[in-house]
Amino acid sequence: MKIVNVAHGSFYALGAYAGASLTGAWLAKGYPPALSYAVLLGAAFLVSFLVAPLIERGLLRFMYARDEVVILLITYALFLILEDVIKLVWGVNPYFVAEPYALMGSLQLAGMAYPIYNFFIVALAAALGIGLAWMLHATRVGKLLVAVIHDTEVSRAMGINVDRYYLVTFTVGALLAAIAGSFTAPTVSVVPGLGVDVIVLSFAVVVIGGLGSLPGAALGALIVGLVRSICVHHAPQLELFVIYFVMALVLAFRPRGLFSLAEPRKI
Amino acid sequence: MKPDRIPLVLGLILASITTAGPWLPQWFLFILTLSFATGLVALGLMLLLRAGLVSFGQALYFCAGAYAAGALGRYLKVGDIFVQMALGGAAAAALALILGFLLARSRGIFFGLLSLALSMILYGLLVKSEALGSTDGFNILPSTLFGIRPGAGWVRYLVVVSGGAVALGCAALVHRYLRTPLGRLAPAIKDNEIRVEYMGASARQAIHVMYVIAAALAGVGGGLAATTVGHIDPDMAYWTTSGEFIFITILAGTGSVVAPFIGAFIFGAIHSAAYDLSPNTWQMSLGAALLLLIVFLPDGLWSLFTRRWQRS
Repeated sequence: MKIVNVAHGSFYALGAYAGASLTGAWLAKGYPPALSYAVLLGAAFLVSFLVAPLIERGLLRFMYARDEVVILLITYALFLILEDVIKLVWGVNPYFVAEPYALMGSLQLAGMAYPIYNFFIVALAAALGIGLAWMLHATRVGKLLVAVIHDTEVSRAMGINVDRYYLVTFTVGALLAAIAGSFTAPTVSVVPGLGVDVIVLSFAVVVIGGLGSLPGAALGALIVGLVRSICVHHAPQLELFVIYFVMALVLAFRPRGLFSLAEPRKI
Repeated sequence: MKPDRIPLVLGLILASITTAGPWLPQWFLFILTLSFATGLVALGLMLLLRAGLVSFGQALYFCAGAYAAGALGRYLKVGDIFVQMALGGAAAAALALILGFLLARSRGIFFGLLSLALSMILYGLLVKSEALGSTDGFNILPSTLFGIRPGAGWVRYLVVVSGGAVALGCAALVHRYLRTPLGRLAPAIKDNEIRVEYMGASARQAIHVMYVIAAALAGVGGGLAATTVGHIDPDMAYWTTSGEFIFITILAGTGSVVAPFIGAFIFGAIHSAAYDLSPNTWQMSLGAALLLLIVFLPDGLWSLFTRRWQRS
């Protein structure tokens, strides 16, 4: 959509908070813990379907004609606002919901115990990624969406309901961030400032991969994850540094990211 | 042609601060000095913005300037305000000269994100460097002026006057620069870079020069902020600091070299007021203010003045 959304980190944080608090309430009521995964998913749907359409319809749709950089600034402002909204709604105390994490138990692999939940997260991410790629490349909706992003005016002239596509795309994007947040929530303590860390990290991921490219994002995430783990293992003091170093390195040689698409130049 | 009133305006601002300074409260002088420091950074961002480039990492040079000024006091025991600012600017400019080869090639979002990455690299390095105080940073030597240490009541006044003189002097120089052929190239690059190249000018070179100037201004600002606050820490390079600088630049608009300083002062006021009125939700007030500005005043506060002039 040509939107670099800084507020995306807020959706992640919203998802994490909603997931943690709703699952906590669910378990406190004594409902079966096995269904808490559905509650996590439901929480992500709830916050993203509540907040994202509000932002897209109420604000962003008036701004599509403006510069990409202006949209970046608008989402930055939204990010500042949402950060405080989160603090107002959920307070500043950390939330812990470890049950979904502990419930799956762990797996003995080469003499080490691995929590199954981690495998579950990996599988979930892969499934969502593949599903998204399939939707974009193999379905009518996905192909139309690519057309809308490529040229809004022609798409509109061809009779596509462009507004609806923008709304749906933005909401789905927010939903993915919220799912990531709510399913990460059981593995960490949910504290204010969650969104700040994740947004800069995910920018590094998409910039390394190339903006607007799904395989690029997957590869970027893999690179960032591996580099970070290797670094934590061998030289922990360089952890923060190394991600941005890789990002700067990639941009130095491929100024538009690894999987960048050719860009038409206007004359 | 309309006579050029900008140097006169700059001189008037400095003169009024110099005369009114001794009667103003200390906290006001403090905000004023910080406004000059952040205004310098915003001035540099304004230069880049004229060419359609938004640097999301100007805090890199702000922080580099501050640490250069800090290191000067820590290792050489020099606390002179002017030396601190000059060294801050020089260090930032040298850094930008090297990084510029990398950045002058990228445009749009990528320029912003690459500069963001570079500033986060500095942040990451500073956080991990024990010698420079890690996350705590370190304190700056008390400010001196030509080797003389002023009395406690006069430090703020002298810092604001000398900082203001340097900042407004820089603004006057930038104003001159904007009228040179190289300076006039910036809006052309924003409009259509390929046409600029057809005319025989090098967009990359123009951006590189602009980038170094912007960094030098940020470095001077960093040196001034260091000596004003008396303490520096790696947060000066964090991306949220860069976000604040961009906020100021958007708030001010790109209409004139005076605008960034007014923008910085208003930002300082909004920031202090928001922090005073609602300490827990100041980010929200800030975000709302930014949003309203972008939506209703896309050309910044300065456009209020120019609109008035055009009407009269």
